[in-house]
Formats: sequence, structure tokens, C-alpha cells
Amino acid sequence: MMQFLSYLCNGISLGSVYAIIALGYTMVYGIAKMLNFAHGDVIMIGAYIAFCAMQYWGLPPIISVIAAMAVCTALGVTIERLAYKPLRKATSLAVLITAIGMSYLLQNIALLVWGANPKSFPSVVKLGSVSLAGGQLIISGAAIVTIVACIVIMVALTLFTSKTKMGKAMRVVSEDKGAAELMGINVNFTISITFAIGSALAAIAGVLLCSAYPTLQPTTGSMPGIKAFTAAVFGGIGSIPGAMVGGILLGVIEILGKAYVSTELGDAFVFAVLIVVLLVKPAGLLGKTVHEKV
Amino acid sequence: MKKLVAIVLTLALAMSFAIPAMAADTIKIGVIGPLTGGAAIYGNAVANAAKIAADEINALGGMQLEIDAQDDEHDPEKSINAYNTTLDSGSLVIVGCVTSGPCAAVASQAYEDRIFMLTPSASSVDVIADKDNVYQVCFTDPAQGAASADYIAGKGLAKKVAVIYNNGDVYSTGIYQTFEAKAAEVGLEIVAVSTFTDDTTDFSVQVTEAKNAGAELVFLPIYYTPASMILTQAAAVDFKPIFFGVDGLDGILTMEGFDASLAEGVLLLTPFSADAKDEKTQNFVKKYTELYNDIPNQFAADAYDAVYAVYEAMIAGGVTADMSPEEVCEIMIEQMQQLTIDGLTGTMTWAATGEVSKTPTAVKIENGVYVGME
Repeated sequence: MMQFLSYLCNGISLGSVYAIIALGYTMVYGIAKMLNFAHGDVIMIGAYIAFCAMQYWGLPPIISVIAAMAVCTALGVTIERLAYKPLRKATSLAVLITAIGMSYLLQNIALLVWGANPKSFPSVVKLGSVSLAGGQLIISGAAIVTIVACIVIMVALTLFTSKTKMGKAMRVVSEDKGAAELMGINVNFTISITFAIGSALAAIAGVLLCSAYPTLQPTTGSMPGIKAFTAAVFGGIGSIPGAMVGGILLGVIEILGKAYVSTELGDAFVFAVLIVVLLVKPAGLLGKTVHEKV
Repeated sequence: MKKLVAIVLTLALAMSFAIPAMAADTIKIGVIGPLTGGAAIYGNAVANAAKIAADEINALGGMQLEIDAQDDEHDPEKSINAYNTTLDSGSLVIVGCVTSGPCAAVASQAYEDRIFMLTPSASSVDVIADKDNVYQVCFTDPAQGAASADYIAGKGLAKKVAVIYNNGDVYSTGIYQTFEAKAAEVGLEIVAVSTFTDDTTDFSVQVTEAKNAGAELVFLPIYYTPASMILTQAAAVDFKPIFFGVDGLDGILTMEGFDASLAEGVLLLTPFSADAKDEKTQNFVKKYTELYNDIPNQFAADAYDAVYAVYEAMIAGGVTADMSPEEVCEIMIEQMQQLTIDGLTGTMTWAATGEVSKTPTAVKIENGVYVGME
């Protein structure tokens, strides 16, 4: 039983990282109607910036995370401006391919700048682990911080989109770009802000990911990126609570699958979930089914 | 404009004749290994140490050696390309490859082409199996697995052992299989075995399994990148068994950003420790540290010995720079079986299968450095 609880905690912690990454996918999809496959690589860049800040410049962890967020925000907005904005009227396939190209570009830039040798990421979480039930159940400090961060981000984002003017503008743009423009909403600016928020979240996700699984190399972001995309689809792409639920469920499924079926098939479970969801409920758990008007 | 092109072309032509002419009496040795990528620590150690050995030999006068280091990024296809590149540039023998997967691919090709290969560190049996022209300086994987079990039982380190290995890697599975067989023989109880694959970053399940099975020692026949994550994740849940690794763990301390306190007390089976007191080791460590600003690891020592072995065999067989690689290959095969090399990694002799014979030793990581276990 304790073993099950321990697996469950690990699953929720892994799932929380997926959830934070998935939030980035889902927000950008909801508003710009595009899949930003470079999102996983923004995570990797964020982790590298935090690594450099702590390792080379000797900055404290909190400042390093803020520096990573600032760089990633700038990077996200720049990518949007240079690569995606000119394609706003293009077919979705063209945008998708540009995003994949951007993903490779970021990986190769990281390869050039930081080299291919994997680096060991020093944990930003200095919190010790918590021991419960007389030492039978031990939860690592990184896991706790990850779960708490995920909940805080989720609540903050929900409040932001429902209460603030900018958040409302985002929801309007996601529903109807043309109408939003007629109502005097600056669509381009709204999309830029979405990318900025998504990328800042990516930096946090990168730091949390590497604190729990401390190997950092140029391909670090790609697998979690793809899994988080799966999580976003699972929860219903475009939906913020959906990304959260999808991410956590996916993390739990992955860890329990590994624990009780086979340690080698963890990734297979994740992608099996994607296939099943697409077959049974294409809109995802919390997604809205949109009927095409003919 | 045309004139300029003509001059440049003429120059290029002249240069292309000039370079081989200059190097005519130098014997070129091709070194193939990952100089970039995830296993770059190994490849660079081998290339650096091979250059030190060649410089020492060149300083003796007599036979002159040149090391041609080619990058294979720990990828079999790129390794074959590197092999072709170095042969095209005139290498007579190959010291390589550094890692097992690529080495097995290149060895098959070298067997067909009749090119002599001495690998410093590719320890899979596949590398030498059924090939009379491929030799190893390091132990084969099976030898490492069996030697580890022997060592653990012999020193009475633990009774209950867990194993975490990479099921997608020949190196890792090879060591595990012989470890398992030998463990049963010497009375070690394997209480948990869990596997992972190349992309795995989450080891919480594997660590929990080992912990709940009550393992006193966790055997890690894997490379250092996943091992660093296992150590971190074990520390996060207060799991502190003895960790025991093999040569793949070598390099963990040089990983940038790695918290060396996590590796405190880790044991690893290795024929070389940089703090050994003999004069030969100290000289080598001093030179390596001066030139590359880094403490040499086992791969470096293996490569150093490999270049010396090739040199001794060439001298004994009377190899000269004007011979073809195929001729050299036959001479080397004959000489290797009679050779005894007293190197950094022990006194070595070779069987006709290409397998080396030397005594295994282990080191312990204390305060971030290797300390010999006698």
C-alpha cells in the first residue's frame, strides 16, 4: 500500500511537470490555433539559462529562475514575431512545419552554445524530503515544490483569464479573431502576450523538470514536450483545467504502468493513451466539441 | 579571374602531393571515438591519451607515429564513416572504437577489409567475436559482470543485491547476464532487477523497487549519465545502499554540475586509478593534467596502453610506413599473441580470440576522487 502511495506521489510530481508544459501548449493553441512544437525546446533553453546563472555566474536559485523566465519570455515573443506571425494567414500545415523547424533550430543552437556533453543540473529546491508513516513513505522536496508550483500556476492562470482585461481579450480572440478585432482588441498584441506567458511557464517547467531529473542536454526538452502535448490533447486542447488534469493523469499512468507492468514500456503507455483518447473522445476529457457550421 | 582560379588549383594540386610526401616515414594510427555527443568524455580521453603515448614514442626517435582522431558521436553509421575517412587518409591500423555499439559495426567492416583493430575500451563480446584481427585492451563485458560478482562476494560487501540496467544496450545487458550467473555461484542474492531504456529520465520506480526489496548494494552496469540520475533520485528518497558500477560509471565526476557528494562511497570496477603510486601512472597523470587540465580516467589509460601495444607489436613485427594496411594486419595478428605489455592498466597478454587477460581491481569514490581499494 505504501509502495502504491509512493508511486502515486512520484506520478503526480511527474504529471505536474507535464501539466505546466501542457499549459503552454494549450494556451497557444487556444488563442493562435497552432501547435507550437518548439515549446519543448524553449523549456530546454530555460533550463540551460538557469544552469548557467547558478553554475557560472553564481546567482541564487530564485534569481536564476527569474533570469530564465525573462530570457524565455523574450525568446518566445521573438519566435512568434519572426517565425509565426508572417504565417498567420497561411495553412495550418505550413505553421506546423515552421514550428518543427524552429524546434530543430533551438536544439542546434543549444548544441553550438553549450555543447553536447550532458550537464548535471543542480537542484533549485533546497527543501529536504518529507518522511511519512515512519519512513515508509518518503516524498522528495522537489516533488512537493513541483506539485505546489503547478497548483499555484493553474489557479493564477484561471484567475488571469477570467478576471483581467487582458485575460478576457485572450478568451475573445480564441473564440473569434475577426470579431475581436472589430471590438477594438489588438489581436497581434494578445497573441504575443500569450506566447510570453507560455514561454515564461516553459522556463519554470524546465527548471522543475531538471531539478527532479537532473540531466541537461540539447534534447532534454523534446520527450517531455511531446508527452505534454499528449497531456494537452488528453485533457482537451485549448482548455486550461484540461491541461492540468491531462498532465497529472498522464504522469500517474506512466509511473503506475512502469511500476506494475514493465519499466521499459512507460513511454508506450503515454502514447497509447493519446491514441485511445483520439479514438474515443477526440475533444479530450474537458474539451468542448465544436460543431462545424456548414 | 581565370588566371587566379588556375593558380589556386595548381597550388591545391601541389599541396595534395606535398602532404603525403612529408609524412612518408610516419606511421598513421586511426583513433575512432565519440569526440562530441553524450559519450564525448570517453572519446576525448582516448584521443588525448593516445596523443600522449604517440608523443612519448616519437621522442624516443626511431619509429614515428601520428594519431588521426575521428569523431563517431557514439553512432555506428558515423563510426563507419570515420573509419573510412581515417583509412583514406593513410592510417595503417585502428586504435578504436571507443564505445561498444559503433565498435561492433566497424569491427565487422575491418574484418572484411583485413585492417587490424585494437580497441581500448569497447568491451562487448560482439566486438571481437569471430574476428581474428580485432583485439581489446579492456575486459569484455562478461568478464566485468563476473568479476564484479566475485569482487562483491569476495570482499563481503553485501548479501542482498539489486540490479538496475539498460535493457536497450548490449553493453549493459551483457554485463548483467554474466553478473547474474556468477552471483548465483558465489552466493549473492539478487533481490530486485529493474530495467530502463535510453530515453528514461524518471528512475523513481526502479529506485523504489530496489529500496523496498531491501537491497544492501545496487549494481549499476550502466553509463554515467543515467547513473547520475539514479544517484540523485535515490538520495531524494533517502535510499543509501552501496552503489557498485563498472567502467561505464567512470566519468561521472567530470560531469559538469554534478554534485560529487552524491557519488560518495560509490565503488567501481576499473583497472586504473589515477592516484596509484607507481611511477608510470604518476608520470602519465602529470602529463595528462598539464596538457588537458583534467585527471585521466580509465579510458585514457586503456588508450595509452593500446598505443604502446600497437607500437611494440609493430617494432617486433618490423612494420614500416610503406606497407599496406592488409600486410600490417597479418603481422600484427601474429605479434599480438606473443606480446606481454606492462601497462598502466596492469600486465596484459592476449588470447587468439582477441580477449585480454589481466587482474580486476576496484576504486572507491571518496571526497570526489578515486581511491584505490588495493
